[in-house]
Amino acid sequence: MTVRIVVLAKQVPDPETPPSQFKIDESTNSVIPANGVPPVVNGFDLNAVEAALRLRDSGADVEITVLSVGSDFVMDAMKKPLAMGADRLVLVDDAGLDKLDASATVKVLAAVIEKDGPFDLILGGRQASDWDQGHVALGLAEVLGLPLVSLVQKLEMDGASVSLQRVIPDGYQMITAPVPSILTITNELGEPRYPNLRGIMQASRKKPEILSLGDIGLTSDDLAPRLELKRLYVPESNRQVELIKGEDEADSGKKLALRLREEKLI
Amino acid sequence: MTSVLLVAEIDDQGAISQTTLQAVTAANGLTSAEITAVVAGEATEPVTSLAVGKIVTISAIDDADIGVYDQATTDIAALVSSTKPDIVVFGKSDFGSIVGARLAFRSDSAFASDCIEISNADGTVKITRPVYGGSALAEFEISSTPAIVTLRAGAYEPDGETGSPAVEAFASNERASRTVSVTDTVSEARDGVRLEDANFVVSGGRGLGGPEPFSVLADLAQALDGAVGASRAACDAGWIDHSHQVGLTGKSVSPDVYIAIGISGASQHMAGCSSSRAIVAINKDADSNIFKEARFGVVGDWEKVLPSFLATVRELKA
Ligand SMILES: Cc1cc2nc3c(=O)[nH]c(=O)nc-3n(C[C@H](O)[C@H](O)[C@H](O)COP(=O)(O)OP(=O)(O)OC[C@H]3O[C@@H](n4cnc5c(N)ncnc54)[C@H](O)[C@@H]3O)c2cc1C
Repeated sequence: MTVRIVVLAKQVPDPETPPSQFKIDESTNSVIPANGVPPVVNGFDLNAVEAALRLRDSGADVEITVLSVGSDFVMDAMKKPLAMGADRLVLVDDAGLDKLDASATVKVLAAVIEKDGPFDLILGGRQASDWDQGHVALGLAEVLGLPLVSLVQKLEMDGASVSLQRVIPDGYQMITAPVPSILTITNELGEPRYPNLRGIMQASRKKPEILSLGDIGLTSDDLAPRLELKRLYVPESNRQVELIKGEDEADSGKKLALRLREEKLI
Repeated sequence: MTSVLLVAEIDDQGAISQTTLQAVTAANGLTSAEITAVVAGEATEPVTSLAVGKIVTISAIDDADIGVYDQATTDIAALVSSTKPDIVVFGKSDFGSIVGARLAFRSDSAFASDCIEISNADGTVKITRPVYGGSALAEFEISSTPAIVTLRAGAYEPDGETGSPAVEAFASNERASRTVSVTDTVSEARDGVRLEDANFVVSGGRGLGGPEPFSVLADLAQALDGAVGASRAACDAGWIDHSHQVGLTGKSVSPDVYIAIGISGASQHMAGCSSSRAIVAINKDADSNIFKEARFGVVGDWEKVLPSFLATVRELKA
């Protein structure tokens, strides 16, 4: 029996953008895309794709659908999960969908999942690197009434359930969850695989399935934000570093310790 | 008058958690009325000196719920729907992040996590939270009730106030369906002080080049009676366990001295240590971002700087 997995994925500005190129347009409260730095699929979402692929590697018959909500999708970025080995890419692409808050995003995802489902597993990254919240998968579990396990670093299919390791501050928990469930995946799972040439060729031939809001029975009126963004800005840092210079590097190390003592820090 | 519900968390020692004590300060600043604290979990230390007007205890939450929080969410949601607070405040933790989000979706209300500032003006709640890994700050307004928030560790200081609240028990008669079960917990052994509580933290990053140098960092941490931290790059490389990771998706620390060695100072790393009293950097790249965050620094190769630093620290401590 095929295990149907949907992986939630978001297009985000590359979090490795150098700080000097990270700019905000305060008149629209939005990030100005850095020149020559294309957007990427959120890193933790790629960990989730990797988690799904590992289930396939371990012998399970899985179908992997990647689902994203947004606008101005850059296909080179969004097709990466396909190149890694995912089967389908479903994009809800409409004006303003890149600016939804978590509650609105959950509404859109729930509508697609209702239409395209049922799925056995819904996987998401632990959080997105733009708004750093990690609310969407948790909210989706509430709205769909499904069991939820967050911060999963390992998963294995075990008949009609999944065996999981969940990261906690000082170790991990072993957890058994039923199917269907919603899981969020964390980077402790391990690096997402690099697409190979064959994967890239296959991905380039695949067409994403594109849905509009209307296709899933929603209008923008259904998607009013719960949190109203008033201001987005880059904070000023006015820290002044005191560089300690000795005669050589070893001497600098010694002088650093003495300076910290002088400041009563050690 | 604004009514505020504080969700208090019990730490693994059975005491009210530090993030909760910080959240009390923030919660008391939101209203002139007395606040209510709901204590989820079994405390071994008395909770009755908390600076709040009333304490509600929920005891249905047991060990089996930890990490899943199905019953905690159910009970706190029941309390929220019967007492109708305007603002619900959590400290940001594993517990707060999960229960806060689920509560918000269950009660169809607004949720802002990891806030560094919160205020309340005539029923409009304003919050500030770091976004884009800390590269930017976002200010939001919430006008629906309840506004549910979690506060970043270190954003507020415990104010040392105490109170003598009345204590009552609350039990929802709804049992969460326990479909997810925790079968075991595996904890990383720790010697010495907890990373989150340490006054000195010595952290290493990709610049260390491998796992072995972490033993030198451990020697330094031991000399200072501190703890060892790491960047995500060092943890992802497998050089040290992820329980040492400091940052946005790791631990939040606010020691007196945070020593960053071979760490570039990415915003996501700084998110976990920027409230330290003094940041000290050792990095061979003078243009590295860490020098924009540090108070003291040495531009140099850690392999040459660290041994004499450690030796001098040991002499000073002797
Ligand atoms: C959503 C998200 C969440 C994240 N969460 C976290 C988090 O919680 N914690 C975290 O740390 N990161 C986190 N990151 C990753 C973060 O963006 C950086 O990639 C990471 O912190 C870099 O680690 P680093 O400083 O060790 O490595 P690098 O950035 O590679 O820096 C290595 C530094 O070592 C210096 N160096 C090299 N050799 C030497 C030498 N011999 N002597 C002295 N210095 C030397 C170099 O000059 C350089 O500055 C997150 C990223 C994302 C997108």
